[in-house]
Amino acid sequence: MKVSAPVKVPGGVVPPAARPQRVPQKRVQMVIFFALAIFAFALPYVLKVFLDPRDYVDWISLFNSMFIFILLSLGLNIVVGYAGLLDLGYAAFFAIGAYTLAFLTSSQSPLAQNGEPLTNFWIALPISFLMAGLFGLLLGAPTLGLRGDYLAIVTLGFGEIVPITFNNLTQLTGGDRGLANLTSPTFPGVVFSSTNLVPWYTLSLIVVIFSIWMIRRLINSRLGRAWQAVREDEIAASSMGINLVRTKLLAFAMGASFAGFAGALYAGSLNSANPSQFRFDVSIIVLAMVILGGMGNLWGVIIGAIVLQLSDRLLIPNLLGLITEQSNNIKQSSGADNFLAGLLANLGSSQTRLLIFGLILVVMMLVRPEGLFPSSQRRAELRADDPSNLQPQAAASDDAITAADQTRSINYNPSTNESSRPRRDE
Amino acid sequence: MALLEARSVSKNFGGVTAVNKVDFDIPDRSIVSLIGPNGAGKTTFFNLMTGIYSPTTGTVMFDGKPLMGLKIHDVTHRGIARTFQNIRLFSQMTALENVLVGEHGRLKAGLFGAIIRPPSVRREEVMARQKAMELMDFVGLKGKYEEISKNMSYGDQRRLEIARALATDPKLLLLDEPSAGMNPNETAKLTHLVQMLRDERGVTVLLIEHDMKVVMEISDRVTVLNFGRKIAEGLPDEIKANSEVIEAYLGKAYAQAVADEKEKEKH
Repeated sequence: MKVSAPVKVPGGVVPPAARPQRVPQKRVQMVIFFALAIFAFALPYVLKVFLDPRDYVDWISLFNSMFIFILLSLGLNIVVGYAGLLDLGYAAFFAIGAYTLAFLTSSQSPLAQNGEPLTNFWIALPISFLMAGLFGLLLGAPTLGLRGDYLAIVTLGFGEIVPITFNNLTQLTGGDRGLANLTSPTFPGVVFSSTNLVPWYTLSLIVVIFSIWMIRRLINSRLGRAWQAVREDEIAASSMGINLVRTKLLAFAMGASFAGFAGALYAGSLNSANPSQFRFDVSIIVLAMVILGGMGNLWGVIIGAIVLQLSDRLLIPNLLGLITEQSNNIKQSSGADNFLAGLLANLGSSQTRLLIFGLILVVMMLVRPEGLFPSSQRRAELRADDPSNLQPQAAASDDAITAADQTRSINYNPSTNESSRPRRDE
Repeated sequence: MALLEARSVSKNFGGVTAVNKVDFDIPDRSIVSLIGPNGAGKTTFFNLMTGIYSPTTGTVMFDGKPLMGLKIHDVTHRGIARTFQNIRLFSQMTALENVLVGEHGRLKAGLFGAIIRPPSVRREEVMARQKAMELMDFVGLKGKYEEISKNMSYGDQRRLEIARALATDPKLLLLDEPSAGMNPNETAKLTHLVQMLRDERGVTVLLIEHDMKVVMEISDRVTVLNFGRKIAEGLPDEIKANSEVIEAYLGKAYAQAVADEKEKEKH
């Protein structure tokens, strides 16, 4: 009745069986990862040869914003994918990271004295990380006792409040003009500026790799196991001695911290922080990236971010251009008040971008809720009624007990017990 | 002194009194069974002792300290572990990971430990895995470490739940209908396992069980609940002979059996 044979692991100092599982596969992953990292570091220099200067700048800026969104997706994936908490206001932490950097390094900041910023970029970057995490704790502490929908609503509110607060605290934040004139990072032999983007590219890439390293360690730890356990069954998890509120809080704060990194890099590379950069659609786009890539899968989420960012910058503008062109053609051939032409003209506006993201979310949820590259665990959770997920021995056996068990495992879904559980964890 | 002492414990849900003024002792290193017809309040009583519910009135003392008002995870830290009537494994995690989650409370690695992984954390993790495997071997799941828990057979899942509960290093282990859905062979193995828990690991066991054969075979004491009240308590043989119990519990089943017999004869 054995379903999967135990994975063989090579011996070593540690008794073989005591080693973490799937070691050979991990080694292959590491090799691929390093190859990709080297490729990514070399990419700007390769592209410089092949592209003309204007295109080159466009591409590098596209990659820079891609890194920002990869960071955001990685962070949100901890919250949504691993710990199973729906956060709809993730952009708030992105904003907090950006404004922390601006407060610390802008000459327009209230903390600046005589036009001299408080500190330099290298000190401000980790502080942005910590500050976003701190706000994650502050928001999470009172709200994480709430379940599912309620938490989503509170985070939604927080996501709206934070940019509005930054907008309205005109004395401190410069209102809707934001804070500009940030001190660029200094590094021997490298010039960071909003026109020279390659150093920003390299820095962002380093931060992304560092974040992947951190997150991988987190999820393969006692804490990561606790996140998964809480996601799967809260009652069982707390019966195993896991403090639910603290565990969720850590997930929330860690997720927020990576948005802090992203915010700092974003503000730094644009040389300003401005409330309009952190609106609700950022939260939704990042969520779309996580869902598209596959919740709970580090690499899937990165690919999700890349795919959506590429389509946002390349595919969608071209598509919209095509639609506008068609609309103009129709207007020329059949008059300006043609209904179809008007419709297409409206569709061709940049607002349609959000419509397309919305469509992606809906289609993904219907067709492939586990994402393009799901973690095997998430896939099974989301497709609990899929016959292909049933244990093979039960399907093949006529043993009454196994059959009864099979029915149980189909019907059993922790979330359906929600109503019978106490609403608060405390 | 008893490991667990419940005094005059009641639990009301709205107008329903699920548990009514129950006194209950679990002596150290004993196997105590709680039986009763369906709806007698057994599981409610169980939940009162694991912090899922707080008693409406009465006190529960564990190891000399009160157990009321604690959060579920604090109750676990105090040394009470449990399994669930409707198995609640982390179904998408491997068997070994399930047991490792049970060790959560004993391990110390925090946020920074997890990221930096100093030698102490590495060592802790290796020890944790060894202990998890040792526990799985103990309950009879040797070599099934990497199986995804929902793919395991029903009996194995029950065993894995016990291993996971043992990983919290409990003084008292509460087993909620562990033999439900098992075949006679699996039940016999389980009975043996429960005895080993007490004899080899010094764990006190409280058992809710419908299978009278199991109850009468391994219990030191048996307590009978009916409609939230304790109607009898004593040695297995005393319970078997208790007329109130037979009427409330065994008698009902017997009457049902007779009725079924007659039904068959008609056809």
